[in-house]
Amino acid sequence: MEPTALPQTVVSEDRGVRPAIACRGITKRFPGVVANDRVDFEAFEGEVHALLGENGAGKSTLSNIFTGLYRPDEGELELYGSPVVLQTPRDGIAAGVGMVHQHFRLVEPFTVAENVMLGDQRDVGRSFRLHPRAIEHRVAELGERYGMAVDPRARIWQLSVGEQQRVEILKALYREARILILDEPTAVLTPQEAGALFETLRAMAADGRTVIFISHKLHEVKAVADRVTVLRDGRSIATVAAEGATLESLAALMVGREIHTARRSDDERHVGELLFELDGVTAEGDRGVEAVKSVSLAVHAGEILGVAGVAGNGQRELAEVVTGMRPLTAGAIRVGGAVLHSGDPRAAIRAGIAHVPEDRLHTGVAPSLSIASNVVLKSYRSADNSRGPFLRRRRIRDWAVELIRRYDVKASGPSASARQLSGGNLQKIVLAREFSGAPKVLVIAAPTRGLDIGAIETVHAHLREAAAAGVAILLLSEDLDELMTLADRIAVMYEGRIVGEVDAATAIVDELGLMMAGGRAA
Amino acid sequence: MNIRIERRLSQPRWLSVAVPVGSLAVAFLLIALVLLATGHDPLVTYRDLFEAAFTANGALSQTLTGATPLLFTGLAAAAAFRMNLFNIGGEGQLYFGAIGASAAGLLLAGQSAPVLIVAMIAAGLAAGAAWALIPGILRAYLSTNEIITSLMLNYVAGLILTYLIFDSHSYWRDTTSPSAAVFPIGKSLPDAANWPTFGSSVVVPFGFMLGIGAATVLWALYSRTRFGFEVQVISDSPRAGRYSGMRTRRKILAVMALSGALAGLGGASQVGDFRHVLDADPKGLRAYGYGYTGIVVAALARYNPFAVVLVAVLIGGLQNAGSALQGPDFPSGLVGVMEGMILFTALGGELLVRYRVRIRRARRGAGAASSEVAG
Repeated sequence: MEPTALPQTVVSEDRGVRPAIACRGITKRFPGVVANDRVDFEAFEGEVHALLGENGAGKSTLSNIFTGLYRPDEGELELYGSPVVLQTPRDGIAAGVGMVHQHFRLVEPFTVAENVMLGDQRDVGRSFRLHPRAIEHRVAELGERYGMAVDPRARIWQLSVGEQQRVEILKALYREARILILDEPTAVLTPQEAGALFETLRAMAADGRTVIFISHKLHEVKAVADRVTVLRDGRSIATVAAEGATLESLAALMVGREIHTARRSDDERHVGELLFELDGVTAEGDRGVEAVKSVSLAVHAGEILGVAGVAGNGQRELAEVVTGMRPLTAGAIRVGGAVLHSGDPRAAIRAGIAHVPEDRLHTGVAPSLSIASNVVLKSYRSADNSRGPFLRRRRIRDWAVELIRRYDVKASGPSASARQLSGGNLQKIVLAREFSGAPKVLVIAAPTRGLDIGAIETVHAHLREAAAAGVAILLLSEDLDELMTLADRIAVMYEGRIVGEVDAATAIVDELGLMMAGGRAA
Repeated sequence: MNIRIERRLSQPRWLSVAVPVGSLAVAFLLIALVLLATGHDPLVTYRDLFEAAFTANGALSQTLTGATPLLFTGLAAAAAFRMNLFNIGGEGQLYFGAIGASAAGLLLAGQSAPVLIVAMIAAGLAAGAAWALIPGILRAYLSTNEIITSLMLNYVAGLILTYLIFDSHSYWRDTTSPSAAVFPIGKSLPDAANWPTFGSSVVVPFGFMLGIGAATVLWALYSRTRFGFEVQVISDSPRAGRYSGMRTRRKILAVMALSGALAGLGGASQVGDFRHVLDADPKGLRAYGYGYTGIVVAALARYNPFAVVLVAVLIGGLQNAGSALQGPDFPSGLVGVMEGMILFTALGGELLVRYRVRIRRARRGAGAASSEVAG
């Protein structure tokens, strides 16, 4: 008797289908927010179950309750039919729940096997003497079984991001995780790598394991999951079979309303004169190795030039170089024909380059300081905001109130610290500040990473508006959908070089994916 | 029962007052145990202590004398620590302030008192700042750890002080007076270089007033000016500072110089208010560790300049009372224990500002996993 909800699942007959993990009425409150509000959830053995929801919908909180990191204020958790109370993550591991975090928990100088054994509390892992051979053997075996070949003796820093993710999964499998939770696992992968991951997940489900796949990307959920549980505002909205669901129906469940992600229309585009020019730009990364290699790009007024690439191929360094945060070792950057002084953020600001950095919380703002302080981070020297050596605190405060209102930022007030803001509201503050400087050029990196659909729409609307107002925009993103929606042209970056440039209107995802993975452009 | 320490999402304002006061109360409780164990009546001791520190005849004046150098070194530490620059070199910067101020006082002998005093203040500030700039420059341009360099430079400054008076015929050394032939001493400053005092029943040294002024300036600088804004941003996130176009290196230099200048002012006050000579004696200026105690003062004051004034008086009082009480049945080590206890609870209390302790009873019907952990 196979339920229709599990169309592709292969379950060994003697085990039968039973809920591996189930929770009822889970409520978890944090000061000021209810992260989970009476959530019901159930995932079977041998199932890939997607947990779909916008950021802030409570997916992470729920998965942290499953792993034992948080304890629910109310509600019950059952594993394989018996109620449990997980006090610590160690209890979670002991009970067979493994988690693959979005940001890997790996020790870079260690080998794969060493990372796998790290923190293992069972016999071999616990003994004083290390037993590398046995662990290497087991890691290789597990890798082979699920199509995740990784050399157990390779050191983490030698591995690609996709391979590092495999190590995280192997780590969980090594600890006998029967329930595996993956938090936004595809954020760092190329489309091809994501495809391979999905096969691995299906193979694990076929083995009777339970995979909980957290995502806000609809087509992925549709591609890999058997069933989907949708969370919205901390509540479990619905659980549906992936097969019967459409992208539109899932999106409507997730957001609670219709969404628009139309491409920029042609009459929206008015490309003007050449404003921003990169000529053979070369720069070193943090380790002194060349990270940006002779990059030449040109962005015109009113144009959005997208830069695609898998994380770690020099996009972060490129954004830093063109905004003065990282010195050039060769080449030149020109804004409106004038050469920009290398390695001087203040010169870049003066030249009219606005910058929305990838690392919003620690670069884009000073997290512990107030919103008021953060909106004048670049303009506190101006006559509006200071008189002589003194700050005009009241004016700064009023300005913050004004921007909070204009950009519809949800905050308790101008003296709330930036850290208290959600990702979307934080990004609004950064955008508000950057646009208030009336920029000629905007360099924006991963503008919607970690944001929910509502916030993504807002950010995109602001970008469109800025382009329409004649700002030259350099948009660095790992999200191809975003680039295809917004950009006029897309340049692909691989290992520090621009390996190809295509017209966004005619770009094909597979072709871009191939270039991102180092393949040549057609 | 299950005790957990959780990070606070927000830090209520009242905590920053309640926690230090509570820490102090706990410290006095713990000290009471030590006193009981050593055969002293805690209540009597505390009463004697309070009298000796504040209410006895002339006690408050003595306390202010002890508090003055701590006020400056405390401000010096607070100024630097606010930007996460751990300037441990207050001690050496204080010596340099004393060297600078005494040089100014000697060079300008014959000038009127106001000229001398202003010159001594300026020289003390400049010399302290210059000495602090050494670790500052190393930190700004070579990313050298300023904790190590500023600490090591304390020993260098101490040796320079010794050299100036004991091992050379420097400008500072008295080579003419009869007593100088017996034991090396520094030249006495002219009387006009003696800093004034205020009040009669309670004598307030000029240096103490200067310190309160410095605390006010420091507070205004850090909370009202662009400079202070930059310091706030850089201390919170250096990357955000750089991103905003702030000159982070210059700010490191400026803050180190400011910190050194404040400690140097403490040295100038030692010369002008109390010693009237460049004191290199191992049992003189160098015996008290003002620079190091200043770090304790700053920590207890949570780097708030006005709180530094308060804490400096408190610690000054404790030290003063300690030396007054000290005798055959009250060893000086006991005073050290008191100071240590206060520091210990104060730093321990810091934890409560940032984290909260949650105590929960295990619920009934807890599964196997929970009892495993509880066991």
